[in-house]
Amino acid sequence: MMRYVAKKLAGLAATVLVVSFLVFAAFAVIPGDPATSMLGTQATPEKVEALREEMGLNDPLPKRFARWAVEFIQGDFGTSYSYQMPVSSMVGEKIPVTLALTLLAFLMMVAMSIPVGIFCARHAGGFLDRAITVLNQVIMAIPPFFSGILITLLFGLILHWFTPGGYISYTQDVWRFLGYMVFPAFAIALPKAAMAVKLLRSSVLSEMKLDYVRTAYSRGNRTKSVLYRHVLKNALIPVVTFLGMALADMVAGSIIIEQVFNIPGLGRILLTSISNRDYPVVQAIIVCIAFLVIFVNFAVDLIYKLVDPRITLD
Amino acid sequence: MKRKTNKNLILGGLLVGIMLCMIAVGFFWTPYDPEAMDSADKLAGVSFSHLMGCDNFGRDIFSRVLKGSGTTLFVAVGTVLIGAFFGMLIGAFTGYFGGIADEILMRVNDVLFAFPSILLALVFISLLGSGTYNVIIALGIAFIPSFARIVRSEFIRCRDMDYIKSARLMGAGSLRIMFVHILPNTVPVLLSAVMIGFNNAVLAEAGMSYLGIGVQPPDASLGRMLSEAQTYLFSAPGYALFPGITLILLVLGFSMLAEGIREQNQSGQG
Repeated sequence: MMRYVAKKLAGLAATVLVVSFLVFAAFAVIPGDPATSMLGTQATPEKVEALREEMGLNDPLPKRFARWAVEFIQGDFGTSYSYQMPVSSMVGEKIPVTLALTLLAFLMMVAMSIPVGIFCARHAGGFLDRAITVLNQVIMAIPPFFSGILITLLFGLILHWFTPGGYISYTQDVWRFLGYMVFPAFAIALPKAAMAVKLLRSSVLSEMKLDYVRTAYSRGNRTKSVLYRHVLKNALIPVVTFLGMALADMVAGSIIIEQVFNIPGLGRILLTSISNRDYPVVQAIIVCIAFLVIFVNFAVDLIYKLVDPRITLD
Repeated sequence: MKRKTNKNLILGGLLVGIMLCMIAVGFFWTPYDPEAMDSADKLAGVSFSHLMGCDNFGRDIFSRVLKGSGTTLFVAVGTVLIGAFFGMLIGAFTGYFGGIADEILMRVNDVLFAFPSILLALVFISLLGSGTYNVIIALGIAFIPSFARIVRSEFIRCRDMDYIKSARLMGAGSLRIMFVHILPNTVPVLLSAVMIGFNNAVLAEAGMSYLGIGVQPPDASLGRMLSEAQTYLFSAPGYALFPGITLILLVLGFSMLAEGIREQNQSGQG
């Protein structure tokens, strides 16, 4: 196991390095000079040149990447072009908002999909199962921002369960913050939960056809104990992979949903920074999310190994 | 065994067919000029003269939905073409030849694949700037990894089969084997992937236009209409509902078609 983890960690480090270099290089080759944009159009060429030298923009790319990487590890993400403040403090206070939204959505997805998926598999072919399958297909086709709009219309404007746009910061009141977050989280979780239900259902059904299930039955087990003690553990393996990918997708999904529900999270700064061409901010956010994605994949690999001892070192 | 009718294929095909017909009609003719504003009809409700009502500028929503779904489909087609073409090339070469280039490309591919495609597209948008064509390029690039992965695994499956060996013995060159012998056999799998690609591209385009970095006004796009409609959600719910439902039908059609094609492939093999 230790060797497995070590090998995976080495791969992780390599991927992190390659990805951050790719992002860095992409932002380094774009036309437009940060020094010129910081000083404005009136700046003299000498002043621009001095600032370029001061910012280290005249150095070769690998040297600039190395410096940027070292600063990044130390928690210095550079300075925003348009706000003239450190990126780390701009991004830092937004991370908890987006993280809370994503985690809440993830928990909702798991809580909704696993019981429903098992139910559908147990009653496969029944009326409720068929109804849920059709409903699933429709839910998967609804873009999250549209379900967000529908949720605003239904729960906000008609039922008055929450005030649309009435976001409360977590520093003010944690419970009311979470109370508001439930609705956007639901919008993010819904399509992913539908996919998870579909996957779990088919995974359980295909496991049920295998020989060890017949053996378990022949030893006198009831359906319930076969399902929960034998089948479920194997059936969850493909679902774990999906959940890992879904978590990464949810981070991206929350960026859009934040706009629907007027939540000042990472998505808001990312979008304003993109339209302002404020590259240090965009770069920092993208690299952070990339690290998160890579790390989640790594965690999924480890969980995989724990759940399924058949997976070998290679 | 009796062959089951493939409901997904038929229903999905029907749905996509109807939507395509409507888009084709909208391309040549709409009941009103989709950009003509009429202050008398601001946020007008559903009526015979305006089938889906009017928006906040008094523009006919039905005409805008027709035009907007055309824009959305145009972006989706462009995206899928770019993604499928380059994905196919990369997948074919890495799958057929293998080796170090394959290792490196697939490592990069794995990371890109795990990265949410809309975020990847956002990165390219921030590099290229917003606008319809940039969205197509950005989404197209973001879609390459998934196609490359599918084509590659198909090439690996086929490259050591007997018919390829005999083609090689007859002196066929690598390029000929790759594109004349193997490629046609990947079509069923590729077709299903293309449909899923359409599905994702429509969703992604709508998402980006909703965020205001996709199609620029005054051009109509379903996502853009939804973001404009949100302000008037209470006074004119139809403004948001009609484009939204159109979007859902379009996505639903493509996803059912993908599912149907996949089922068809399986029953063909089984």
